[in-house]
Amino acid sequence: MAGPVQSIERAAAILRLLAAGPRRLGLGEVAASLGLAKGTAYGILRTLQHVDFVERDTATGKYQLGAALLHLGTSYLDVNELRSRSINWADALAARSGEAVRLGTPLEGRVLVIHHVFRPDDTLQTLDVGALLPLHASSLGKVLLAYGTAALEPATGPELEAYTRHTLATVEQLDRALAEVRDLGWAAEIQEMSMGEAGVAAPIRGHGGLVVGAIGLSGPVERICDSQGHPRPSLITLLREAARAVSRELGAGRW
Amino acid sequence: MVERYVMSIDQGTNSTRCILFDHRGRLVSVAQHEHEQHFPRPGWVEHDAAEIWHNLQRVVPEALSVAGVDADRIAAVGIANQRETTVLWDRRTGAPVTRAIVWQDTRTAPLVDELRRRPGEEFFLERCSLGPSTYFSALKLRWMLDNVKGLKQRAQDGEVLFGTMESWLIWNLTGGPDGGLHLTDPTNASRTMLMNIRTLTWDDELLALFGVPRPVLPEIRPSAEPYGEARAVLPGVRITAALGDQQAALFGQTCFSPGEAKCTYGTGSFLLLNTGTELVRSRHGLLTTVAYKIGDQEPVYALEGSIAVTGSLVQWFRDRLGLISSAPEIETLARTVEDNGGCYIVPAFSGLFAPRWRSDARGVIVGLTSYITKGHLARAVLEATGWQTREVVDAMNADSSVALKQLKVDGGMTADNLLMQFVADVLDVPVVRPMVIETVSLGAAYAAGLAAGYWSDLEVLRRNWHRAGQWLPAMDPERRASEYENWQRAVERSLGWARAPRSGEAD
Repeated sequence: MAGPVQSIERAAAILRLLAAGPRRLGLGEVAASLGLAKGTAYGILRTLQHVDFVERDTATGKYQLGAALLHLGTSYLDVNELRSRSINWADALAARSGEAVRLGTPLEGRVLVIHHVFRPDDTLQTLDVGALLPLHASSLGKVLLAYGTAALEPATGPELEAYTRHTLATVEQLDRALAEVRDLGWAAEIQEMSMGEAGVAAPIRGHGGLVVGAIGLSGPVERICDSQGHPRPSLITLLREAARAVSRELGAGRW
Repeated sequence: MVERYVMSIDQGTNSTRCILFDHRGRLVSVAQHEHEQHFPRPGWVEHDAAEIWHNLQRVVPEALSVAGVDADRIAAVGIANQRETTVLWDRRTGAPVTRAIVWQDTRTAPLVDELRRRPGEEFFLERCSLGPSTYFSALKLRWMLDNVKGLKQRAQDGEVLFGTMESWLIWNLTGGPDGGLHLTDPTNASRTMLMNIRTLTWDDELLALFGVPRPVLPEIRPSAEPYGEARAVLPGVRITAALGDQQAALFGQTCFSPGEAKCTYGTGSFLLLNTGTELVRSRHGLLTTVAYKIGDQEPVYALEGSIAVTGSLVQWFRDRLGLISSAPEIETLARTVEDNGGCYIVPAFSGLFAPRWRSDARGVIVGLTSYITKGHLARAVLEATGWQTREVVDAMNADSSVALKQLKVDGGMTADNLLMQFVADVLDVPVVRPMVIETVSLGAAYAAGLAAGYWSDLEVLRRNWHRAGQWLPAMDPERRASEYENWQRAVERSLGWARAPRSGEAD
């Protein structure tokens, strides 16, 4: 196993230094305090600034902790911005797959539907933006759980609420399924929330690869799955392309 | 068989983008670059046309690269553009003579007053069906001729060329100083106040009145027709369509039949109603405009309700007030409160466009009390877009024999659910969003693909349209009525604020 990464240790030291004092510090002060070369300190400060952990006062050029650090526990990407940035790709996914598309982010132990594109058959459908889905019984929720974007309520016991006879009804079953999601890079939900319905979902990544949400498509089980009951590979391909396109849009690297 | 795509270039007010579409009208790749907005004085808005051309040279290869294809896979390219924005450039060097004057710019207000007095509005309405306004290109062109030293003579001598953005870009794409094609289409030309709306040719009387020498003008060609091959950026690819952005959006929404309408929510918002081959003159403050002309077919006309400031109010809220860090956050902020708290914003930044056409109006925020938070202001920002839409729809219903039954919407702001619900609420009709909200780009692609034979006819395009979302009205009728009344009272307070300066130049 590799040892500690020096630049991360130094970054942590800079954050501690900025957090310790009540006032902003200049580049020279930061470098001198930590015994770093100015160029090294500058590179680290620039990177921390890029991820919003550090802010630089434009007038004085001095540094302080960034607002993002104060909100580390909450989502750093506004859900309305996520919808806005993904709308073209969600539309294209619905158009190509012929199925309804939804985007989800975590909210208080559930999945909040933040965007919904109708199935492109011009039938009567209702927007369900704002709806809440169970984490363990929806493909969107499984993605959020698998990549650590959401967690089950701390009070959850070993048993999970069963919506149908296919719902993963124990934490143990769910954990196995989540490991598989991480291996495959996508999640499925086959008649686990309601009978006759199926869905697949994939992670949306932001800066640094952090999963900020999930995008999925859903429909009748016979359309989402093949005759063996497995999600159709063609749909998975379209889904993952769309998820990658949104991630690129959000500034994730190569995913 | 190798799949081919149609490329669309949308040269908009804030950015230039390039989008590839496939045969089913689905988006394949996007690339976009913003350009700088110059505000040298209050009421002035300028763009650097050279920067925009440079951005086009960047977005095209980027869009190809994202799609993983070469230019030989492009069946045709179509251009949609911000309308009215006026560029004047040197025929020999290809350099813009001065910065482009943008459609929102109000520097020509004194000229508007002058033209209204003499020869009077009717003179213009008869010929180009537009009344004098700072909005249209002829006034901007005239301002340039009057204010750039030596320009009148150079224009007479044919040394400079005039165009809206599509003319500028096509000229550059097809060779620039080295044989570039200097052309425009009737949708763009119908926004200059220089084209006769019936004959679709430059009107001698209008040219004389504005003092525009003929040699500066581009040739008016159909909106969809093979113009020629690109020589720069996309060598060998056929350029086959040019449309003003709002007409392109109407085309992209496949509003091909009389009575079909759409509203595009962008920097400004624009509601267009197809009136077929019949030229309808509005009695309620709407503009008559050319919707499209395909090849040698009859031109199709539209009635248009133009709203100058909608998305740009959100941008102002973000960039000038700094209350949000990205435009979509306006919805998040607005949702922190239940209602507007009694606060209304009338964003008459460059006067009011349809249906009121008051260049003397300026923005107001009314109903301020110590109760008002930034959340209420955010609500008022979004509601301003809703109420302005309502005023235009009321005008359209008054002009048309059939009332609007649903509103097809598109553009970036349709990602804002709170706004779309509010629009449905105040119009009291369903609001529907198509599967492609980039309808400006899609429309240019459709027109280009049609002219290139990539698509066979309008019916094929119609079948590509699908509903992606729908908002149903849910507001209590009494509340709708009282809120509308409040809005109208707020608008009253914005009127007449801007006064002509006592001496010297206009503000």
